[in-house]
Amino acid sequence: MSFPGMPALPAGQGNIHAGRPFPQAARAELANSQQRQNLTRATGTIRAKRAGVVAELPDWQQLRAAGAAIKDDVLAGLDTYLVQLEEQVSARGGTVHWARDAAEANRIVTGLVQATGAEEVVKVKSMATQEIGLNEALAAAGITAVETDLAELIVQLGHDTPSHILVPAIHRNRSEIRDIFLAEMAGVDPELTDEPAALAEAARRYLRAKFLTAQVAISGANFAVAETGTLAVVESEGNGRMCLTLPRTLITVMGIEKLVPRWRDLEVFLQLLPRSSTGERMNPYTSMWSGAVEGQDFHLVLLDNGRTATLADPRGRSALRCIRCSACLNVCPVYERTGGHAYGSVYPGPIGAVLSPQLSGMAPENNTLPFASSLCGACFDACPVAIDIPSMLVHLRARVTEQRGRTAESVALHALSSTMSSPRRWRWALRLASWARPLARARRLPGPLSGWLQSRDLPVPPRQSFRDWWSQQ
Amino acid sequence: MRLALFATCLVDGLFPDVGKATVTVLRRLGHQVKFPAGQSCCGQLHVNTGYPRDALPLVRNHVQSFESFDAVVVPSGSCTAAIRHQHADLAEQAGDTALAERAAAVAAKTYELSEFLVDVLGVTDVGAHYPHRVTYHPTCHSLRLLRVGDRPYRLLRQVRELELIELPDAEQCCGFGGTFAVKNADVSSAMLADKLSAIEHTGAECCAAGDASCLMHIGGGLARLHTGTRTVHLAEILASTG
Repeated sequence: MSFPGMPALPAGQGNIHAGRPFPQAARAELANSQQRQNLTRATGTIRAKRAGVVAELPDWQQLRAAGAAIKDDVLAGLDTYLVQLEEQVSARGGTVHWARDAAEANRIVTGLVQATGAEEVVKVKSMATQEIGLNEALAAAGITAVETDLAELIVQLGHDTPSHILVPAIHRNRSEIRDIFLAEMAGVDPELTDEPAALAEAARRYLRAKFLTAQVAISGANFAVAETGTLAVVESEGNGRMCLTLPRTLITVMGIEKLVPRWRDLEVFLQLLPRSSTGERMNPYTSMWSGAVEGQDFHLVLLDNGRTATLADPRGRSALRCIRCSACLNVCPVYERTGGHAYGSVYPGPIGAVLSPQLSGMAPENNTLPFASSLCGACFDACPVAIDIPSMLVHLRARVTEQRGRTAESVALHALSSTMSSPRRWRWALRLASWARPLARARRLPGPLSGWLQSRDLPVPPRQSFRDWWSQQ
Repeated sequence: MRLALFATCLVDGLFPDVGKATVTVLRRLGHQVKFPAGQSCCGQLHVNTGYPRDALPLVRNHVQSFESFDAVVVPSGSCTAAIRHQHADLAEQAGDTALAERAAAVAAKTYELSEFLVDVLGVTDVGAHYPHRVTYHPTCHSLRLLRVGDRPYRLLRQVRELELIELPDAEQCCGFGGTFAVKNADVSSAMLADKLSAIEHTGAECCAAGDASCLMHIGGGLARLHTGTRTVHLAEILASTG
């Protein structure tokens, strides 16, 4: 993890913190009945689609293993691969910038936009720019960022925050979207219906004007190939490609872990990603570019923001394999009920519960996130790069309890451990439990049992433990 | 075969009938079973709540209690998974490689009940009779950590007069999750509500599973709502002769 004399690795900043403890935030979200219905429906649909297209590949497990191995190689050789990427992008006319954290990345991008004189930029859906809060930083500099991904646009127009990595407006249904468009979209037809085709048409008209006038586009990247300096964006709507090709200046912000070493590695990920995320065999639009296209300025901002610190933990670092497919969100029984906002961070669900705490340098605000899981294991099974999220959650729980130090819980569990590791003490403890039989009828108890009693009766302790019965035999 | 029962702390202290039923089934199949008195808990509660250091004495105690046996039977998928996937790793993390090796050896001969009956003994018909409508919740750790697959169903299908009714969305977590049930009581309850409604939808008289912990949670919910639907452990069904 660290050694004497090693410089402290900087923690990430930005939208990677839980606003309030997960159990509290979850309680509020659970009460949102419309959202519960939208989520159950949406995650159920994506789950079924994903299961279908994954089942039809006989080598799916080998693909997962290959994806994990390639990403582990990237993480182990990040120092050389990143320099290789920089050389390749620079050799092809692009400019590479290095950003230690969110603030530095925002400064770099804002400076680049200001240098063009543009006051409006179009954006390709990007988690990295959500993570660093780029839109807010640009707004503070008087620059308007227009999201062009349909779902991201819905979130932006609704003055809302994303609740899913891939489907940021998953918590909205079509009648809510119609209301948002009517209230917020300039020039929209007041007779707009909630038919999907009508909603898409309204967005298309609104966005087309933006594409044709924008001077600057900002994107993220799904992959970057170190050996060729190629960047790849995978999307469904084609709006991303409009952004990548029309404006005079293109700025891409990318987490440093998005690398793959070789061109041929894309073969693995372009199978894993669409099947895991949208449940499609192939995504509709895959845009790739190497350096600057003629007549275009291209800038690549490489973002650390806590990634190096995450890499330092051998038991946590495989979270950086993540390709942001959100399969783990769609299968998570906790996410399905609370939605993404309960997690605070732009990274919700199981992957968020392991990524946000680590990127933020185990910030105290995030210390309830590793506990936001029943450890059912569905996320690990679904993960296309085989991140063992349940084991990592357990590891991070240990880091949290270590950070907290002595608490009532730590004292109680320590006492339980010493009782249980002595057969004599354990036998007596079990006898004491049978004296607690009347307590089982209680409807209200102090401490942790109060949570249990909100929806469950307590079991009635037996008159005799198993071991006492056995001794009598 | 020197066979030991690891009852688990929960069965030992709260659900002794599950332990007795396990012994009944094994004896009926002609096996002597020992209950090493030194045993207590697999330590999963400590590990999964974030206290791996406090789990270590329990791992040591567990290894000492069971290493002299040829096979260990556990009426719990979750505790079997903890022994198989956590014990050696905990010892390794604490720098005790000797203990890690011993823990791995114990883990290699530890079986969840349905695994032991089907894989080791090669039996699916244990001579049980249970004239009831039953639905089965497969429990996450049996399903995804042990991959017991259809073993429990194969055992249940051989039980005389048992009507097995398929549970909708069976593979969905019931929401127990150890201390998750109290630390995130609201989300846990929301998950439980859906599991209870799936169980009620089947019209079964009882919901069976291979883990007393999940059954404590599901049963606590069924009782709270006065549904009249019972919970029953797989071992209790297999021990029953009607």
